Amino acid sequence: MKFTEEHEWLRVEDDLVVVGITSHAAEQLGDVVFVELPEAGTTVSKDDEVVVIESVKAASDILAPVDGEIAEVNEALVDDPGKVNEDPEGDAWFFKLKIEDLSVLDELMDEAAYKKFVG
Amino acid sequence: MDELKRTPLHDLHLALGAKMVPFAGYDMPVQYKLGVMKEHLHTRAAAGLFDVSHMGQVILRGDDPKAVALALETLVPVSVAGLAEGRQRYGLFTNEQGGIEDDLMIANRGDHLFLVVNAACKEADVARLRAGLEPKGVSVDYIEDRALLALQGPGAEAALAALNPAVAEMRFMDVATVELAGVEAWVSRSGYTGEDGYEISVPEGAAVALAEALLAQDTVEPIGLGARDSLRLEAGLCLYGHDIDTTTTPAAANLLWAIQKVRRADGDRAGGFPGADIILSEIASGAPSVRVGLKPEGRAPMREGIDLYERETGGEPVGRITSGGFGPTVGGPVAMGYVPAEQATPGMRLYGEVRGKRLPVEVVTLPHVKQSYKR
Repeated sequence: MKFTEEHEWLRVEDDLVVVGITSHAAEQLGDVVFVELPEAGTTVSKDDEVVVIESVKAASDILAPVDGEIAEVNEALVDDPGKVNEDPEGDAWFFKLKIEDLSVLDELMDEAAYKKFVG
Repeated sequence: MDELKRTPLHDLHLALGAKMVPFAGYDMPVQYKLGVMKEHLHTRAAAGLFDVSHMGQVILRGDDPKAVALALETLVPVSVAGLAEGRQRYGLFTNEQGGIEDDLMIANRGDHLFLVVNAACKEADVARLRAGLEPKGVSVDYIEDRALLALQGPGAEAALAALNPAVAEMRFMDVATVELAGVEAWVSRSGYTGEDGYEISVPEGAAVALAEALLAQDTVEPIGLGARDSLRLEAGLCLYGHDIDTTTTPAAANLLWAIQKVRRADGDRAGGFPGADIILSEIASGAPSVRVGLKPEGRAPMREGIDLYERETGGEPVGRITSGGFGPTVGGPVAMGYVPAEQATPGMRLYGEVRGKRLPVEVVTLPHVKQSYKR
């Protein structure tokens, strides 16, 4: 699993990059009550705002961690946003990205580096 | 930056694992370990304990209690002289433009009046009371050595009655002096969540013992400001500085129920408060823009500051959301805001602009969640 400074995790599954938010991020957000996902097939660039996520406290965005195309989105989160708090690093992934070169992930933090990053 | 003030329960909040935030100059718990959503639901299902010690407590006294009540009536469009001993009512400080300077609770405690005002306004309120009432021979005593706790929810009566059964006899908006945790507590059967419950003023040195005696009961959980906000929003209650302020009149704010007949035109003590001309004429004519309940039709919360439009495209904003978010008991987004009087009819559809998209929102009757006061 790889991590970004925006508190996203990325893991490769069947040549697709699965993206979610870390347990740390979910805890900071508080109870998630609304999730708006992009359309599958959308082309995105790194740092595009692709997902809107609202907690009881505030709205925030999830940014595309790398360039790519949205291959699949987790529609289950729209009906049950609370999953993001229950299982942020498992079932509550947000989208899967098709990217050209998986080696761009090498530049991201590994788990040890992320742990150090959040202190 | 000034150092944040602390309430007598500050150490207890930290011990309970609260997340603390600055609020009205105080370091206050926004949530505890349960989190906002569960704290909200727990309060509606059982009982929640809130620290509201940041709010201002004021005592008004004079030789003649009736004269004190009449003096306060020069600052509020409320019947204070008609308030029976042992009773409390909601009031408003108004200004010359008919706007609202603060909202407050006024209790008749026999030989004195006891006021509870908002934390952010308390210095201004005390100054206003001193300027308006001291020349009339009324003493204004700003109480800074008492804590204020609120115990709210269907389990509040049993939880507080476990400490003193006398509180079970009280009805909504009754006030009484009761012994709790070995000290003299000033209790009112009221609160700001839409639930039955109590607000309890105790000497600061006794606050922790009282809070611990309540929290020791299985039904009682500590509740932070986050859930306090979603509870009062669902209950349709105004938050000063957001839903009401110096520019909103009582008619616009849909708070005319707080102005008793005796203070209205043709009443025995009509007018005589700041902004009376404007406020009384709006009772007859209505305000151009009115506070209403708003229910977003989709799942996206509509928060404070969101503009409201008549149509899905084009046009200028006609209104604005003043409080909004997710209502845990409703299970969806809830809001309130101001809309033109002609659109203030339940069932009317408007559009709130969220992240550049206009989403439908329906005008609804407040409260979003039925209040359950014990009358």
